[in-house]
Amino acid sequence: MNLTVKVWRQKNSKSEGKMVSYNVKDVSPDMSFLEMFDVLNEDLISKGDEPIAFDHDCREGICGMCSMYINGRAHGPKTGITTCQLHMRSFKDGDTIVVEPWRASAFPVIKDLVVDRGAFDRIINAGGFVSVNTGGVPDANAIPISKIDADAAFDAATCIGCGACVASCKNASASLFVAAKITQLALLPQGQVERASRVEKMVAQMEAEGFGACTNTGACSVECPKEISQDTIAKMNREYYAAKASSKNL
Amino acid sequence: MTKLDSKIPEGPVAEKWTKHKFNLKLVNPANKRKYDIIVVGTGLAGASAAATLAELGYNVKAFCFQDSPRRAHSIAAQGGINAAKNYQNDGDSIFRLFYDTVKGGDYRAREGNVYRLAEVSVNIIDQCVAQGVPFAREYGGLLDNRSFGGAQVSRTFYARGQTGQQLLLGAYSALSRQIGLGNVKMYSRTEMLDLVMIDGAAKGIVTRDLVTGEITSHAGHAVLLCTGGYGNVFYLSTNAQGSNVTAAWRAHKKGAFFANPCFTQIHPTCIPVSGDHQSKLTLMSESLRNDGRVWVPKKVGDKRNPSEIAEDERDYFLERKYPSFGNLVPRDVASRNAKEQCDADKGVGSSGLAVYLDFADAIKRLGENSVRAKYGNLFDMYAQITGENPYKNPMRIYPAVHYTMGGLWVDYNLMTTIPGLYALGEANFSDHGANRLGASALMQGLADGYFVIPYTVGDYLAGIGPKAVDKNHPAFKEAEDKVKAQTKKFLSIKGTKSVTHYHRELGRIMWDYCGMARNAEGLTKAKGLIKELKEDFWKNVKVLGEGEELNQSLEKAGRVADFIELGALMVEDALNRNESCGGHFREEYQTEENEAKRDDDNYAYVAAWEFKGEDKAEELHKENLKFETVKLTQRSYK
Ligand SMILES: Cc1cc2nc3c(=O)[nH]c(=O)nc-3n(C[C@H](O)[C@H](O)[C@H](O)COP(=O)(O)OP(=O)(O)OC[C@H]3O[C@@H](n4cnc5c(N)ncnc54)[C@H](O)[C@@H]3O)c2cc1C
Ligand code: SF4
Ligand code: FES
Repeated sequence: MNLTVKVWRQKNSKSEGKMVSYNVKDVSPDMSFLEMFDVLNEDLISKGDEPIAFDHDCREGICGMCSMYINGRAHGPKTGITTCQLHMRSFKDGDTIVVEPWRASAFPVIKDLVVDRGAFDRIINAGGFVSVNTGGVPDANAIPISKIDADAAFDAATCIGCGACVASCKNASASLFVAAKITQLALLPQGQVERASRVEKMVAQMEAEGFGACTNTGACSVECPKEISQDTIAKMNREYYAAKASSKNL
Repeated sequence: MTKLDSKIPEGPVAEKWTKHKFNLKLVNPANKRKYDIIVVGTGLAGASAAATLAELGYNVKAFCFQDSPRRAHSIAAQGGINAAKNYQNDGDSIFRLFYDTVKGGDYRAREGNVYRLAEVSVNIIDQCVAQGVPFAREYGGLLDNRSFGGAQVSRTFYARGQTGQQLLLGAYSALSRQIGLGNVKMYSRTEMLDLVMIDGAAKGIVTRDLVTGEITSHAGHAVLLCTGGYGNVFYLSTNAQGSNVTAAWRAHKKGAFFANPCFTQIHPTCIPVSGDHQSKLTLMSESLRNDGRVWVPKKVGDKRNPSEIAEDERDYFLERKYPSFGNLVPRDVASRNAKEQCDADKGVGSSGLAVYLDFADAIKRLGENSVRAKYGNLFDMYAQITGENPYKNPMRIYPAVHYTMGGLWVDYNLMTTIPGLYALGEANFSDHGANRLGASALMQGLADGYFVIPYTVGDYLAGIGPKAVDKNHPAFKEAEDKVKAQTKKFLSIKGTKSVTHYHRELGRIMWDYCGMARNAEGLTKAKGLIKELKEDFWKNVKVLGEGEELNQSLEKAGRVADFIELGALMVEDALNRNESCGGHFREEYQTEENEAKRDDDNYAYVAAWEFKGEDKAEELHKENLKFETVKLTQRSYK
């Protein structure tokens, strides 16, 4: 099939960007969306045009690196998958596809479709962990955990840190990302000791990074490739108010 | 000739590590902060090492080329991690894990290293659970296990089909904590492009900031390369797109020996290639072989729909040939058998390069829901990529390059032949011999990072003392200039063919002649082809854009240039090893039953190659392997 692809081109963080239109020919339905971009890039190189910069690494939906805003939706038209898992069989001959980077002031564009998601790392640095050093920990089976809690913690832990939640939120809120980590650790016995301080520190960092406030539109959860539940945000809010109310953390 | 000293401690295998730890020098706690340690790579090996060293009090600088340490290739590991916990009470022990690993590696690994790996495996699980890694559990609340290829016990811990993700996020959280505390300085989107040496020892690295293009250097008392494997030398592999050999290769060119480069692992259960556009191959975890049955039609060229092929017209070739291990034979055996069936024109699917992996019996026995609970995400992945429903039709699978057992030569302390330069995780060669067992790479990466290097690096540092490295030493500027010159060179060639073109060509040569089966004639041919490819590359490669900006073609050009050189060495190594062992199958050396035929009298050694200068033949050094505990046998999974 033949397609028209309109892509955001921006030389660097300081320059202005613009949409540029390209024709891509002989696209096979078995190609992944990123393979279609490979074909386009090879074509650009052969013509002496600079290829389009985009982030990707694992190409199997787990590293969270790929990040394209396709036809107005983070990671494209299908739910529960990342850009790299999207296949061209989801499009048809003659389609025009519009591709932009994640848009959020906390995710500045570096070049073309590549953005800086360092804010996510800084939120984790602020408290997204259990403070244990290597060595001297109890035997793994000395901490029994109910399968129900373990499974729920796992569901929250599957977040890949891609940022689609931010990109699809009209407020550019990072709540789903932060809530996923808070939920995971709040459900596990290992996370209890720092439960209150963790949520306070992570939320404070989220605010400092310039992400917007959550107004419960739910777009994040719909677009999240790992289908992290919006309930985690409610859980984060409860954790947050409980932490604020307990005198220990004042 | 340099003598390779593996520094394996004397004494019974079970006491070596304990004894060795006691004999290692210690750095006093107040002095640790005077030492700078550079950790390149923040996958399982690097993140665990960086976090642990920072916890101990060292100053750590860590580097990765992705935009966050959480995205290292380790994230993609699916199946699980081994540990000799014997929680299942099914007869596992440290000794059995050790034994299985040495045997699985076809007796080309060091006993001392492997025993240590098995020994610390139990601590890894404890550590990960303490960090909040959500491993699979049973209803009673205790940890669940599954079995994996090459083992007859259930010792594999897992987190659905995303074990690597959960382990890496655990290590990443420990690392993040240290970054937040200011003990680790993290450099993301930064690539190491050379090693800086002063008086023969590693003292720093040269890096390129992938966003600004700035080339700078960093000084340290020791440098740890945790930069992963080189499977992408084959172009198509299950590795992440960015996985590369550059850090290891440039260290090799500065004097670090490269060991057993031809030992690569081909994984039996991957989704087959669908066309020329293919950019990577996707693995279906080996754990699928617990319940899936591998078969092909008995009749040659049978193109019927699988549902039309009756039970007695199917050949469950692994179960037939290996009754005691069945579908759970080690990877090399499973891969080679699939190739054999396809070569005999029994392959399935449009290309004929695939065999079936069938879950019909498992679904009948356990119900679709149980199968979904166990493998749901893998089935989804398969459906996503192929557009087919694996609950209804058998999966089609074919072997693909997956892991590299070879890597930088290291001694028992994980130090390379360059003092102060260490290699951890997949980047080193040490523990898996000629074939790695499933669920053992995660174990090794974390063993190296959490439990080995924190002890061994101290011994070296205590020896050299905390005097700061002189950043004004000319070696830094020299190394930086060399890197700058290479960047300029790439941009000035202005040829006609893209970097990807060369990468794909290299991959084709490697897969055809240095892949699942090799022979002297093909390898000799490959040597010539790679030489031509290299010449062509340096004349005709086309890299657009500038050096002082984000430039993905430029990044790739450096990586492919190194892959080409590595490919030549792999071929040399494969030619040198006139035997078959593990993943290295030389067609000239096989038993009557087409199994790999080792030559223990002549090849029970590690082949460690020394770089002798551009376009010069590398020199082979041999480290003879001593087997004091395990008796060498012909591997049999019958
Ligand atoms: C699809 C798949 C599934 C797997 N499943 C399993 C499994 O179930 N069980 C198992 O035990 N093993 C499995 N493996 C193998 C295992 O995942 C890897 O061997 C292991 O994760 C490697 O870890 P590492 O820390 O050595 O390297 P990696 O995770 O590859 O990390 C390399 C790091 O080095 C950095 N880096 C590389 N070069 C440079 C440079 N020049 N400059 C700066 N940084 C650099 C990268 O940014 C990255 O941070 C699997 C592998 C694949 C491909
Ligand atoms: S919550 Fe979902 S969308 Fe947000 S970063 Fe995590 S995986 Fe991506
Ligand atoms: S490239 Fe890793 S999730 Fe898409």
